[in-house]
Amino acid sequence: MGSADLAPRLDIPGLRQQLEDGAHSLGITSWDLGAACSSDTSVQVDRGEPKQMKASQRNGVSVRVWNDAGLVGITSTSDLTPEGVAAALEGARAASAFGDSEDPPRFSPLAMAPLPPLASPEPAVVSIQALLARLIDTEARLLARHGAIHHVPYNGLGQRSSERLYLNSEGAMRCQRFRTASLYLYARAEEEGRKPRSAGAVRLAHGVDGLDVEGCIDEAAERTISHLDYAPIDTGVYNVCFSPEAFLDLIGAFSNMFSARAVLDGVSLSSRGSLGSQVASPLLNLVDDGRHPDHIGAASFDGEGTPTHRLALIEQGRLTHFLHSEGTARRFADGSQATGHASMGAKVSVSPSWFDISGGRGDQSLSLATADNVVLIDTLSALHAGVKATQGSFSLPFDGWLIRAGERRSIEAATVAGDIRKVLDALLALEGDPVVTPDGRCPHVWVAGLSITGEQG
Amino acid sequence: MLCTPVPVHHAPRSGLLDSSPASVAPQAQGCAPQAWQERLETLLSSGVGAGADLVEIFLERNDELSLLAEQDRVTSVNPSIGRGAGIRVFKGQRDGFVSTNDLSDRGLMAALEQALAMLGLGRSTQPSGWQGLAGLDDHGRGKEHWLQSCPAAQDIADRLLRGTAAVERHGQHLQAYRASYSRDVQQVLVAASDGTYGHDIRLHQSLGLNLLAADGDHRTSVARRYGRSDDPAFLAEWDEETSALDLCESGRRMLHADFVEAGTYPVVLANRFGGVIFHEACGHLLETTQLERGTTPFAGKLGQLIAHPSLTAIDEGLSANSFGSLSMDDEGMPPQRTTLIQDGVLQCFLSDRAGEMRTGHPRTGSGRRQSHAFAAASRMRNTFIAAGPHSIAEVMGSIDNGLYCKRMGGGSVGPTGQFNFSVEEAYLIEDGALREDKPVKGATLIGDAVSVMPKISMCASDMELASGFCGSVSGSIYVTVGQPHIKVDSITVGGR
Repeated sequence: MGSADLAPRLDIPGLRQQLEDGAHSLGITSWDLGAACSSDTSVQVDRGEPKQMKASQRNGVSVRVWNDAGLVGITSTSDLTPEGVAAALEGARAASAFGDSEDPPRFSPLAMAPLPPLASPEPAVVSIQALLARLIDTEARLLARHGAIHHVPYNGLGQRSSERLYLNSEGAMRCQRFRTASLYLYARAEEEGRKPRSAGAVRLAHGVDGLDVEGCIDEAAERTISHLDYAPIDTGVYNVCFSPEAFLDLIGAFSNMFSARAVLDGVSLSSRGSLGSQVASPLLNLVDDGRHPDHIGAASFDGEGTPTHRLALIEQGRLTHFLHSEGTARRFADGSQATGHASMGAKVSVSPSWFDISGGRGDQSLSLATADNVVLIDTLSALHAGVKATQGSFSLPFDGWLIRAGERRSIEAATVAGDIRKVLDALLALEGDPVVTPDGRCPHVWVAGLSITGEQG
Repeated sequence: MLCTPVPVHHAPRSGLLDSSPASVAPQAQGCAPQAWQERLETLLSSGVGAGADLVEIFLERNDELSLLAEQDRVTSVNPSIGRGAGIRVFKGQRDGFVSTNDLSDRGLMAALEQALAMLGLGRSTQPSGWQGLAGLDDHGRGKEHWLQSCPAAQDIADRLLRGTAAVERHGQHLQAYRASYSRDVQQVLVAASDGTYGHDIRLHQSLGLNLLAADGDHRTSVARRYGRSDDPAFLAEWDEETSALDLCESGRRMLHADFVEAGTYPVVLANRFGGVIFHEACGHLLETTQLERGTTPFAGKLGQLIAHPSLTAIDEGLSANSFGSLSMDDEGMPPQRTTLIQDGVLQCFLSDRAGEMRTGHPRTGSGRRQSHAFAAASRMRNTFIAAGPHSIAEVMGSIDNGLYCKRMGGGSVGPTGQFNFSVEEAYLIEDGALREDKPVKGATLIGDAVSVMPKISMCASDMELASGFCGSVSGSIYVTVGQPHIKVDSITVGGR
């Protein structure tokens, strides 16, 4: 055995029948269900030896019901047996007594709209022994790149087969199957008398055979080696260039500015009146594109069954749309529609899918090849702790380089601090073609005048 | 990269006692030992018969409930029921792990066979000769009523609304304010082919209160989270008035605070969640998980001075009602009190089953995991710096120009030992005196373990614990951090 070809399948007619029977016996007329199941295998290695081999089969169901007063209750369960689903229905009915009477969700009017086709290739899975052999070989090739790279403490190669489902009592039925594979390599390098340094790379694909293994090795090696020669940086204010990954991480951490739910809750950096206003430099265009062909694992519908689609959020610096659920669109009452970004819940939240950032070049004279006294931020850390999303401020450790006369030297340890609204307003240039990353697509982004604190021994 | 601890404090208590029954969600089928022993023995025997050195099965049932109140209404009630199994097979230095939600005989046997196959083992039809499970260590006895003794959803909703009402009364410039509650009852059964057979029921509850205040261009968000384990009366004893006053006072002070000036300062870290510095800077690096990965600078340093001689640090799983306490770890071993550092000298690493096998460090009852979906790993429990001889005034008085970090946020540590954590509420120290009239915000402290540990030079006598969550290789788990007020002679403070 050892084959990972255990593609999960939800029993859709069976689930619908269970829901209909259970709802009928409880006197429930309106319900919906979100379900997911997945099967995955993954391996980790340590200097040529298997470190961990892992597999899982996961199920999850969330059931919402509307009671006679129109209030909503929800219960989640990982038990897909008839008893488990029945228990979830009963739990949801009990919870509906506490439903929010001022803002109850309804079915999305788009839950039965035509679903545009979305390519979700399902390439063949490979056995776990094959995964292991490939990762051992990959690790060996990375270790061979430089004598200072002694090991790759964080690494993994995995594959997952998934199925998602949305059903409701009005007849909506959405189902999607997809496969994803991932490779991550984080190397640690150390030279005599110097501090250890670490960097890495990640690749995603629909299947293991589609992973850009060579590119991942190259990127992990180049990043790690580039940090071996390091020096402290003087504390001060610098012009900063964010790598595509770093800028996507930063903008993602402040995505409440695009959330209609957060606007209604009073915890967004935006307000209703922000639509149409200048929230960033005219250089910036930002689109949320959950269906982008480079978005591995893209969802064709959201937690309310609404189809996903490409949505412009910022055009030439102006805020053009918010992310909406059925409920927020209804509350806004300005012609907005659900945008395909909703979760399923008693209180429905919205979140972005995959950012596609582009825009004007800006200051043509700015170039990483000739930059001087500029900080290039490669990766940001600890966003969970250093971002104050409702305040707009951030103070974050980062890995990066100080560029002088076009030459990069790694920064020993430092933080960058600022306010996201000022960052967006202070864009100097967008350099190079957008680069595809696991979280989106973005060019290098230049920003004027950010506070950098260097660690002093 | 490794860790995402976030603070949870002990709740101020009132004199209220009210234990109304029951969860919103009906109780799912449990994992009572009587119903499972024969099935577990069949699986374990099959694994041993296939040639495994050791087979371990972790069965779990969860019953969770969370509520959210925003301003004057409850906006979300979320019950959740979960169940699953994690099966781990060891052969030599290797192991294979499979988790599943399918607890049917067929589903569990398929999971076992998949784990065996990872190690090149196939199921055997020959008798294994395995002798069966030993007597049950039933740590769940007497805890069966906990779920029913936890507060009902209506009582929880009422308390949360009293909490938000108190914030409304005491807060200034409020833009939004919330109260939240979560309860997690976890029933676990651990069985292994070495005879380990343990059962436990665990209860964790937490309460949160937060506000967002805005005044012109000034904005601040302030949060508190309180937590306790194994105490159904936790919510009933919460004093929301005291919590709201504390929260609103922080909000009032921080709303117009200046951003901290970046630099390198001596700092005083407050007690309780100040202990996040030890958790991040050192604790993770004393887990055998890090020894295995080669990512700790403390490998081979047992018996050596790695910290200031004034520092003694403990990790234990025994303190009553603390978030990191356990009756048994997730590998069925009773918890211990483990002295990590004594007077600056490294004494011990935290070890789990795989850690002992691969590094030789004896198990310390530290094998922990978020759920059945994760293999256990060596993790911290209640981790703290021991009390020292100094008064807070002596600690403050030793600093001419520095920073007092009153409330800490989360942090992380990377594969090179470089750590960071955020400071939510801070004040300047000038000429040996705390300047409460000079609050500052936006600070992030960074450093590396080897250089910062010798700089923790003074410990006050007011050690207290604070509850939190920690994310790492085996998922997000309940932990406690703690310390007295301590002085760090110098550390880099990121700011503006």
